[in-house]
Amino acid sequence: MTSSALRLVTPDSTGIEIPARRNLPSFVTESGLRTELKKLSGVDAVGAEARVAKLGTRSLKKETKKSAIDLAISMVDLTTLEGADTAGRVASLCTKAMHPDSTNPLVPSVAAVCVYPDMVATARSVIGSGAVHVASVATAFPSGRASLAVKLLDTKEAVDAGADEIDMVIDRGAFLSGNLLKVYEEIVAVKDACGTAHLKVILETGELVTYDNVRRASWLAMLAGADFIKTSTGKVGVNATLPVALVMLEAVRDFAEEYGEVVGVKVAGGIRTTKDALKYLVVVNETVGSTWLDPDYFRFGASSLLNDLLLQRTKQQSGNYARPDRFSGD
Amino acid sequence: MESLHSQLGGLQYDDAPESAAIAKIQSDYGLFINGKFTSPKDHKSFFTTNPATEEKLAKISQADAKDVDAAVLAAKRAYEKVWSKTSGPERAKYLYRIARLIQERSRELAVTETLDNGKPIRETRDIDIPLAAAHFFYYAGWADKLSYAGFGPDPQPLGVAGQIIPWNFPLLMAAWKLAPALAAGNTCVLKPAETTPLTALLLAEILQQAELPDGVVNIITGDGSTGAALVDHPDVNKIAFTGSTGVGRLIQQRIAGSGKHLTLELGGKGANIVFEDAPLDEMVEGIIDGIFFNQGHVCCAGSRLLVQESIADDVLRRLMRRVEQLRVGDPMDKNTDVGAINSAEQLARISELTATGEQEGATRLTSTCVLPSKGYWFAPTVFTNVSQSHRIAREEIFGPVLSMLTFRTPEEAVQKANNTNYGLACGVWSEKGSRTLWVAERLRAGVIWANTYNKFDPTSPFGGVRESGFGREGGRQGLEAYLNV
Repeated sequence: MTSSALRLVTPDSTGIEIPARRNLPSFVTESGLRTELKKLSGVDAVGAEARVAKLGTRSLKKETKKSAIDLAISMVDLTTLEGADTAGRVASLCTKAMHPDSTNPLVPSVAAVCVYPDMVATARSVIGSGAVHVASVATAFPSGRASLAVKLLDTKEAVDAGADEIDMVIDRGAFLSGNLLKVYEEIVAVKDACGTAHLKVILETGELVTYDNVRRASWLAMLAGADFIKTSTGKVGVNATLPVALVMLEAVRDFAEEYGEVVGVKVAGGIRTTKDALKYLVVVNETVGSTWLDPDYFRFGASSLLNDLLLQRTKQQSGNYARPDRFSGD
Repeated sequence: MESLHSQLGGLQYDDAPESAAIAKIQSDYGLFINGKFTSPKDHKSFFTTNPATEEKLAKISQADAKDVDAAVLAAKRAYEKVWSKTSGPERAKYLYRIARLIQERSRELAVTETLDNGKPIRETRDIDIPLAAAHFFYYAGWADKLSYAGFGPDPQPLGVAGQIIPWNFPLLMAAWKLAPALAAGNTCVLKPAETTPLTALLLAEILQQAELPDGVVNIITGDGSTGAALVDHPDVNKIAFTGSTGVGRLIQQRIAGSGKHLTLELGGKGANIVFEDAPLDEMVEGIIDGIFFNQGHVCCAGSRLLVQESIADDVLRRLMRRVEQLRVGDPMDKNTDVGAINSAEQLARISELTATGEQEGATRLTSTCVLPSKGYWFAPTVFTNVSQSHRIAREEIFGPVLSMLTFRTPEEAVQKANNTNYGLACGVWSEKGSRTLWVAERLRAGVIWANTYNKFDPTSPFGGVRESGFGREGGRQGLEAYLNV
């Protein structure tokens, strides 16, 4: 059988209808928020996990694989969030972000570098006005255990130092105890402190535990003005998983259809291999489609993933695996 | 309204074809009688074709009454001389071997099944073949524990079982039939469907490899006349049939008064009942799985969608969005979701019934997917504005065609779901457990799925009530069909 005679025709639309943007409702009461979140459908855990397991069997070959790897590279938020970070390490990371493979200018640059607030100035000085964004975690990352005043100051300092993206954490304790208004108001305040910088809201899904919570927290963050919703800090036991990403993507899809606002999704923590990254891209592709297959709307927060993508990219182009040392460590 | 297009165009999946050469299909096949492949007595044959391409795959022997007689005789002798004297642990040993060999040769089996049947390689690879192996593993475990199965201290086998299986899950149905029969101590004459004999013949090779004693399982190929000869044979003690209700009824009439045991697994018109508090996204997937899995060639397919009126528009919008996304085409491509219709006859029946649907006033919504020019294809289709009296709401279409109806109260949902001659399977979708249980205990069907659909497991009994047949396959209950209890 010749496969060309039976060539698959990929549907060209997810059929997502995004209406004109309209003003988000402003929630000033706890009960208003509660009512809004109550309208969301529950998530059947078995079904959601089965769905991603099925999508995980998609087979990306040839040109699809090549373009998917380049797309994944362009979606990486190259991250270093260690107590031991130094200015030299951050500078080196920024160079790598702009030119992931120093010997091959065809490799796209990554989306952003992601650092602690005190390293933003260093990162900005290396990147300058380049296309790579400078993202900073803020708001007492990763626990978020600080007063609102401290969180806002943390945010402002990062923005003033040159960050154009802020990754904040939500108050999980408040969310889990049902204090939705506190979570909402904090996000609104941080968004305000961001000015023109884009705000990514980290839900820390490993601490929210259930998919129902993930969907509700996603919706809450979007209502409060998040530009991105992000799975994890990478600092707790359970980080990004495919089913969590699925639930968040379904949330941004439904939100876009309801409010005309396209919010991005960032998966972070534990994504180390090209194989994993491609699975996420398949889930994006078949849940929300190409609008989100764009660094403006989907990101991988990762450190070691980039080198595996480069390794597999070289394999796809040359047919041979390079030695891992071929690519810089950071 | 701005519509964002080229969405899935973001990642156009390149062809990812599985290799057809893995199947190693021979040019012609004999009948598997008494442990050997033999030529049919009158040398008649027919071809089995690939429904995705209409290419001939292999020449298959047509067994006539004399061949059936030889097969039944071999089974009878093997029962009397060998298998009835083989201990439970020994029988288990063979079943474990068969299970492991199915796993070892799973890729070859999956490719053969896809070529012969037209179903996607993803399904044969991930569902049909692993489940077939699982059935042998499961019943291997029962072979030495029959005394503890709840059928008395020393339940006895029936003797020779004649087993006639359908074309929708060829190897899996063979496993459903053979594994419990052998575990219980019966010998078998298996007749695969005319259009899908190849994996059963490959299974015959596996039985040889497993050194199963000659005659314990005989596999004969042919059309309806072969099946009729098997049903009529006086030395057959038990008939197990999976297929259409019409043929099931004929079989029951033919064996009346003969003393032969009978189990029938027949058609269905399953209702998938969706309440307004259902988990939306997983429910949409469940509806898709319920009707488009295996091109809808599933007796327990959720071919009637009953949606609570308050969410009907939203469900339909989400459902059609998902239908448009289904990848219809080359079954050998690893990314295909919906494959080919199994035969020209089946395609004609699906086409006829869907035409009736339109004539009777239902609204037809069909995927805009482009179908291949050769082979038998039917685009995934959903009917709305369907009423209970429409043929598409009453008759089994056995294809990728869903009929959507609405209801307002749980009572109405139950009444509509039960308003059918069939009673094989239903699904209930709700996040409210008490409602799910209330509905489930009022539904007349052998299988009820809650917040899922088309889930199969060897430990779980499967079978119908009313015109969907009787007897159970799978689980402890599945042993009863092959024991004299």
